[in-house]
Amino acid sequence: MTAPTEGRAIGAPRPRIEGPLKVTGAARYSADNAPPDALHATLVGAPVCQGRIVDVDASAALAVEGVVRILTWHDLPTFGPVPPWQAAVLNLPMQSDRIQHEGEPVAIVLATDIQAAEQARTMVTVRCAPTPPVLPGQGRRNLITASEEVDESGLVEGERGAPFRIGDVDAALASSAVRVSETWIQPSRHHNFIETSGTVARWDGDLLTVWDSAQASFIVPNVIAAALQLDPGNIRVIAPHVGGGFGGKGWVWPHQILAAAAARIVDRPVKLHLGRADQYTSTGFQPLLDQFLELGATEDGRLTALRHQVSNITSMTEVYVEAATEVKDLYACPAIDVSQSVEPVTVNLPTPMRTTNEGCGLWPLESAMNELAHRLGVDPIEIRLRNHADREPTTGRAWSTKHLREAYEEGARLFGWYSRPRGGRSEGNWRIGTGMASSTMGQIRFPGNATVVLQRDGDVVVRVDIQDIGTGLQTLLAQVAAEELGTSVEAVRVEWGDSDLPSTGPMYAGSGTVANTSAVALACRDIRKQLGEHSDTDDVLDALRQTDLPQITGDGRYELPNRVPMDMYGGDSGYAIRSFGAVFAEVAVDPELGIMRMRRMVGVYDCGRVMNARTARSQMIGSLVWAWGKSALERSELDPTTARWMSKNLSSVHIPVNADISDLITIAFIDEPDPYASVTGARAMGEIGATGADAAIAEAVFDAIGVRFRELPITPKRILDALAEMGR
Amino acid sequence: MTRSQILNDGGVAPDDPAGDTPTNQEPLAPALAVNVRLHVNGAQHAVHVSARVTLLDWLRDDLRLTGTKKGCNEGACGACTVLVNGRRMNSCLMLVAQCDGSEVTTIEGLAGPDGHLHPVQQAFIDCDAFQCGYCTPGQVLSAVACIQEGHTRSPEEVREWMSGNLCRCSAYPQITSAVLAAAEGKV
Repeated sequence: MTAPTEGRAIGAPRPRIEGPLKVTGAARYSADNAPPDALHATLVGAPVCQGRIVDVDASAALAVEGVVRILTWHDLPTFGPVPPWQAAVLNLPMQSDRIQHEGEPVAIVLATDIQAAEQARTMVTVRCAPTPPVLPGQGRRNLITASEEVDESGLVEGERGAPFRIGDVDAALASSAVRVSETWIQPSRHHNFIETSGTVARWDGDLLTVWDSAQASFIVPNVIAAALQLDPGNIRVIAPHVGGGFGGKGWVWPHQILAAAAARIVDRPVKLHLGRADQYTSTGFQPLLDQFLELGATEDGRLTALRHQVSNITSMTEVYVEAATEVKDLYACPAIDVSQSVEPVTVNLPTPMRTTNEGCGLWPLESAMNELAHRLGVDPIEIRLRNHADREPTTGRAWSTKHLREAYEEGARLFGWYSRPRGGRSEGNWRIGTGMASSTMGQIRFPGNATVVLQRDGDVVVRVDIQDIGTGLQTLLAQVAAEELGTSVEAVRVEWGDSDLPSTGPMYAGSGTVANTSAVALACRDIRKQLGEHSDTDDVLDALRQTDLPQITGDGRYELPNRVPMDMYGGDSGYAIRSFGAVFAEVAVDPELGIMRMRRMVGVYDCGRVMNARTARSQMIGSLVWAWGKSALERSELDPTTARWMSKNLSSVHIPVNADISDLITIAFIDEPDPYASVTGARAMGEIGATGADAAIAEAVFDAIGVRFRELPITPKRILDALAEMGR
Repeated sequence: MTRSQILNDGGVAPDDPAGDTPTNQEPLAPALAVNVRLHVNGAQHAVHVSARVTLLDWLRDDLRLTGTKKGCNEGACGACTVLVNGRRMNSCLMLVAQCDGSEVTTIEGLAGPDGHLHPVQQAFIDCDAFQCGYCTPGQVLSAVACIQEGHTRSPEEVREWMSGNLCRCSAYPQITSAVLAAAEGKV
């Protein structure tokens, strides 16, 4: 590992530049905006999971003092078609009497104060002609085929869930010395960000201003404009701070369109800040996944076959594929056969959630690898080393950079892996166990734009329309500009979160760091290039002062190979681009009460160049805690008679609290730049920590009490039931 | 008697089935206004306010003190934590009508008049105790009270007594460090 980059801007553990705003309450989130004369909006959701609206009676609600208007589908314009991969759902609500899922908006209450809006929404009576629900397990599983879907802007997602096959898996399995063949399940889970989604919309003539809670504000004008049939150039989106996204604010959801439409109808600004209960049906969730996975191996633990069949639930009207088979490039294996299917049920549409694809697929794959290691009596690290993929298995491409072996080694050292007691140990009422797994996340990239201004007084301004969702990106951009221009980080001011700034990509899948640090670096290099025409000094400020310019502006455009609008896993770079890691867990289980506790975790990651050691560490801690929630606590359950989410609140949906989380979380990085992933050598960091950790935790539980859990979460009841079944 | 029997007999299910929020609940009572005098961040307010208005909505919508955040509106997340007479409260669970004669401190009132950060605010920056920042005002005020309560004798105690404030970005270890650092005067 490289030494800490002391004295350099990039890599240093700089405190977040927006920190003072956040600890003083000055950071403004969407719902903190209240244009004069704004109305508060609340949504009335469909009471049944599918069917038709017979009648919406708003007469009592309209009598509430402060209520100005109640809109139903009769009042709304017919929306234009919205672009896929930007709009989260294509079949927008409030366009007919059709009900697509429980909670789908069927009326919008507009009132002068939030109390009236909340009171009135409970008094709107919706009569329905319901159709019976279709629950998970009752729907038909539709196999995803290899067809490619292309939208107007050229975004391709055809590979998502398409079948893939090399070699003869049946023959390889038949002749394998060892075979693991099991089904793994993980429940539906919601993002449960603390800031519920919200949109404030204000019209000034034909110009629309939207204060929004979004992870990709650059697509908001496109979608609203398409729905309302406007010029997207007439829409300004202001979205500097977002109170958590985790994927749930990645695409444009119907409430964002409805807020703008309602504001136009009543000709007043509208604030729609979703209530907590609304959130469960207004944006997506990670769908229930059923994964059959089969490994064949030789006696010395070399993989001969991988079969992976994934099924997830989706809505009745649209297809969302949770591409868990995207883990097929983790290990060298001569025969691979993966396929996915979706099961339409009467729920709202799922969406990506930390960590989509690999976070889902590693749960069975890494669990199976641990079962294989146990079966063969081989150390879990050793079996992974024996199957290390020196090139990308499905294409044969070279990796851009890969340091997974070093991650295993460093993780084992930090954890004390080889001196751990095997088979667990006792400590008071507790059984203590340990486990490990690999982590991986393929790089997703978008192009980026940035402008950097160097002023004569030495100040530097970075301009980029990107959100702050808490990753620390804005601080990274100041660091990049400081290093590229040779100034101090303090001299750099970053302006972000406004569509008047240079448009750039989204803040999800870690793509924000790649696109934005690259674009800022290129903008700085543009400044140097321009100054080089005036002066041969290396000091940009001296060079600027030798001119009569008041300031100099550099433009940075980060393009992907072949100028595509998005690429995955290296695209046309000629290399496979993917991050890797190794995660270790020690858990304590009380076999009498079924309680499970995190004792300590270690994660070591190879994510390219570490841009800020402090924010990087926080990203990984957050990811590991996220994985703990998945492993031990979280599930969103559908009522088995009505198909509505049972717990639409934070009181009954268990997510990790401080007391759940050990202080003993150790994070380390293999800090090696990836010259093919980005201009700065950075790769994505936000997601990988939440991959594989569930399998490490489940292995630790097995080590502690001898029970293999293949369904998450591992709750006290499940632990007690399993132990009872074993007669203990 | 085993510990698991005690647990079961006590009626605490180890695997609590999920609860729910009722819809179409009884309409709220019609608006009835009350007179309330209170201090917010040292400034006196004498207001005539609808009896059903929560402290949270009043702070945000009437005083425009938007640093206090709405996360769940039912006392589960702690994002709306403020200090009422020095004690931490979920402002979504308090009515303004209950605050007559009270001193309320919000996140905007914590720094010194010269803008100098409160030691807990500085500790949150120094320890990197937040990501998105949405829960941070509530975490900071909860930490101020937690320290005053004396619930900072160990990391375990801090974790327990800071568990009313959810952080979905999960900066929990850093929050614990920040509270301990501020409690020990290491800021």
